[in-house]
Amino acid sequence: MIPHMDLPVITEAPPQLDWWLLAPLVTVFAAGVLGVLFEAFAPKERRRGLQIGLAVLALLATFVLLVIQVGMLPADDPGVTVAAGVLAVDRTVIFLQGTITVLALVSLLLISERRDGRDAFAAQAATVPGSEEERAHILAGSQHTEVYPLVLFAVLGMLMFPAANDFLTMFIALEVMSLPLYLLCGLARRRRLFSQEAAVKYFLLGAFSSGFFLFGAAMVYGYAGSVNFGEIRAAVEAGGAEIFQGGNGEPLMLMGIGLVAIGLLFKVGAVPFHNWKPDVYQGAPTPITALMASCTLVAAFGALLRVFFVPFGGSAESWQPMLWVVAVLTMVVAAVIAVTQRDVKRLLAYSSVVHAGFILTAVVANSTDGLAGAMFYLAAYGFTTLGAFAVVTLVRTKDGGQELGDLDRWAGLGRRSPALAGALTLFLLAFAGIPLTSGFIGKFAVFEAAVAAGATPLVVVGVLSSAVTAFFYVRIIVVMFFRDPEEEGPTVVRAGAATGGVITIGVAATLLLGLYPGPVLDNLLPSSESGGEPVAVMVDQASTETSSE
Amino acid sequence: MIPWLTIAIALPAVGAVLVWALPRVTATSPARTVGEASASAAGGGTTTATAVRPAATATGGGASAETAKRLALGFSLATLLVVAAMALRFDTSQAGGLQFEEVHPWIPRFGIHYAVGVDGIALALILMSVILVPLVILAAWKEHEDRSDGGRGYFALILALEAMMIGVFAATDVFLFYVFFEVMLIPVYFMIGRYGRGDERSKAAIKFLLYSLAGGLIMLVAVIGVYVIGGSFLWTDLVGEGSALAAVDPATARWLFLGFFIAFAIKAPMWPVHTWLPSAAQSSRPGTAVLLVGVLDKVGTYGMLRYCLELFPAAVSWFVWPVVGLSLVSIIYGAILAVGQNDMMRLVAYTSVSHFGFITLGIFALTAQAQAGAALYMVNHGFATGALFLIVGFLIARRGSANITDYGGVQKLAPKLAGVFLVTGLAGLALPGLAPFVSEFLVLIGVYAFSPIPAVIGVIGVVLAALYILWMYQRTMNGPTKEGLSGLRDLSARETWAVAPLVALLLVLGVYPQPALDVINPAVERTVDIGAGTVADGGSEGAAGAQEEEGDEE
Repeated sequence: MIPHMDLPVITEAPPQLDWWLLAPLVTVFAAGVLGVLFEAFAPKERRRGLQIGLAVLALLATFVLLVIQVGMLPADDPGVTVAAGVLAVDRTVIFLQGTITVLALVSLLLISERRDGRDAFAAQAATVPGSEEERAHILAGSQHTEVYPLVLFAVLGMLMFPAANDFLTMFIALEVMSLPLYLLCGLARRRRLFSQEAAVKYFLLGAFSSGFFLFGAAMVYGYAGSVNFGEIRAAVEAGGAEIFQGGNGEPLMLMGIGLVAIGLLFKVGAVPFHNWKPDVYQGAPTPITALMASCTLVAAFGALLRVFFVPFGGSAESWQPMLWVVAVLTMVVAAVIAVTQRDVKRLLAYSSVVHAGFILTAVVANSTDGLAGAMFYLAAYGFTTLGAFAVVTLVRTKDGGQELGDLDRWAGLGRRSPALAGALTLFLLAFAGIPLTSGFIGKFAVFEAAVAAGATPLVVVGVLSSAVTAFFYVRIIVVMFFRDPEEEGPTVVRAGAATGGVITIGVAATLLLGLYPGPVLDNLLPSSESGGEPVAVMVDQASTETSSE
Repeated sequence: MIPWLTIAIALPAVGAVLVWALPRVTATSPARTVGEASASAAGGGTTTATAVRPAATATGGGASAETAKRLALGFSLATLLVVAAMALRFDTSQAGGLQFEEVHPWIPRFGIHYAVGVDGIALALILMSVILVPLVILAAWKEHEDRSDGGRGYFALILALEAMMIGVFAATDVFLFYVFFEVMLIPVYFMIGRYGRGDERSKAAIKFLLYSLAGGLIMLVAVIGVYVIGGSFLWTDLVGEGSALAAVDPATARWLFLGFFIAFAIKAPMWPVHTWLPSAAQSSRPGTAVLLVGVLDKVGTYGMLRYCLELFPAAVSWFVWPVVGLSLVSIIYGAILAVGQNDMMRLVAYTSVSHFGFITLGIFALTAQAQAGAALYMVNHGFATGALFLIVGFLIARRGSANITDYGGVQKLAPKLAGVFLVTGLAGLALPGLAPFVSEFLVLIGVYAFSPIPAVIGVIGVVLAALYILWMYQRTMNGPTKEGLSGLRDLSARETWAVAPLVALLLVLGVYPQPALDVINPAVERTVDIGAGTVADGGSEGAAGAQEEEGDEE
């Protein structure tokens, strides 16, 4: 039986946990733990099948639970908080969580893909690259089935990150999400040193940015006297906690906002905190890059939207100038650097940075429309980028060896494998924001919100940088279609069912969200009628208390 | 009620998919790859292509490519029939308003509709487009036989482009217009970059795409602005006195106007943002060039008339003189550069820069005759320049070169070809009796009423037109026959069929333009009214006066 919804009552006593509302997170967590146990107890030859089955089932179950949950939310209320107000369950959160779950499921297809019995991961990551030991493990067919529980834990963090309703929970979610990803980045089968370098870079920079985040959270605690978003919001509106009279706590708040923002902007990869992205995207195994480029981005932006709109929504004028600068830098710098890139994965990394800049214009808008636009953009971009990385996994050197990232050698791909090149062309056109693709609707949605909020100069910068980015997307199309194939050109390995499925899903989502986005825009996203302030559709504790009274 | 416009848009779109998806003749023998490689090495239209042809046709292409072409031609003719049937049902007495309107919600959250409808100008332009497409297909029939796919991709792209061309002229929702406006770039990009001529084609394709995209993206900001201010995308909601857009302050209106105008000026192409056109035309197949210059560029001028003038009447007066100035520069500059060209495709492209100068001049003179002339010019220019590109294309197909210096004395070898070349060339320089004369004359009269000096400068362009056309004719067709031209064939039956309708139209519209003007004038009257409301010295005598005047000219 499904318990009733208007439960959460905050008491001094041990918190009453509404397990029903926590069920999606618990499912993923339990599956992750179970996966670890499988590693310990399941026979070696059956582990892979078991792990994949478990992960897929867990994510499917999570998705179903999320769908049921959203159906149960009270119609007139945005949502509730759960577990003593540390997690929010509202439509925005559930949409983001649902998006993350589906994208993770699709990435899982890529992660599980094997060619000639080998997946994208090192046979034994603990061996020294190039050593005898490594060769022995490769010959023995060893594999890291730990990948699957690690992915599940990362997904757990991603699901928590945009749902967190206080800074501590958000920090924990950030770490739960990041730690498995650091590991996964270092597991590439080919070019292992590269991969390990990427992992170390990601870890060091990530740890550093987490420190900033935590420090910022402490500042905010000092200012507001609480880490809870609802209480911080109340404190921000009242001009600080009781010890601050006459608004003299403001520097503390500003520092807090700035430091927290650094932590979050690092995760979304905004300039000037973007330097990890190209290296990590290039070095990590491509399926993991796909997971990061889609799911992590959604989660990080979900958290960013929540932090700026809920606790700090009351003092938008204090963070908007900062985001203006960051958004402009992100769109301009990344677009310009991307023009000089020769490697597909690096190029997609810079492209992802530019897209983060576009989404930031919607954050600057600080409106429900901005929130909805950003949410749509994230979902649309997630599917497209998954498809693009799936294509990258298929283009390999002549001997069928490692992936071939060097763009110049992609010449003539369109003649050799028109279907694959055609799919990639569609994804690139979506990135460039050509109409009839999801990318265009997303771009329109975020830019519309920004213009409506008076940030027209930002949008002008946005379209100009779009024009620059179009140049390098178009250049890939030129290389693929208009140049003659080279002798030493790439071969395209036949897409397995899983990778083929990912590309098909990517194409379908890109076209569907581009041609007929109405249902998603109307039903799943917060409507603009619910008021200008985005906090109206995002719960924090304060709003829950008023609604339950 | 029959959704005529939707059928007209859907028919070529379906055709494009069918042509593209038609089962290919599969040949997996190694010989195929050899043929493919050598065919692609030959690129487009160079002399080696002929040497490769037998090998390639033996291996690739084949029967299914032939079917694909027939299918493409069939679909384009069917579209022509549908549009013709629609045109017959068009009520000329109501040509100022929208007809065949269809409005369906598309993306309700942003108030976006699938809304189509035509007024007189849009109908004329759609009619022109669907007349050109089958002729282009016919003219391109043998162009791609050396390709592995027999050119089926090219024909599919033409049909896809046709659907978008109809859509862009028919759209009555600003967002829908924008969608067609941008999406149209993609087929043309592939038509130039993949199926084009010469080694520079991928560069030319990128240049074309980036120019247009940049313009389109700037327009996107203005489109969003229109929605944010006007609260709707429906054209019918946005125009008129009572709309929220009409009440916007003039400074904002100017910015929005400028956003639209930059995109349209790039498309049109107007000096100084015309530089993509000559290289794009040079690298295009003649058929592509016909559609690019004949139809796509018209979207720019159509957009100025339909969107810049009608959506932002408050901003028009501020822009009149700058645009007139740019138009005059385009007229003279395009004409002078045309004189100096050696590549015939480039030459025709530069003549178009000059002609588009006349069109924009006519539009922004804001008088009834000038705008009626400009609207008619759009149609006439499509036929005249289309025919000229096709003829140049036939020459290129024979000699494998577009350089004027490679030709000479063609007249003796191919009198029919030379004759058609002369007629279309004379149409290009607006000889009385041929269609462009009527429109150019109307523009100049209208501009004179607006202000004499621009009209006088415009006439210099007419003189230069005689120079570049006749000099090109003289160098290619007269004189001693150049070596390498011996055995030059005259027009084949297929080629004759491809240009004959255009020549006939040029003659008919030259002596009897009244049907076209009847359709165009009421629509022009509407835009002139808007312009006249804001420009005190607009001097709009009303379209009825314009009609009578052309009656006299004949």
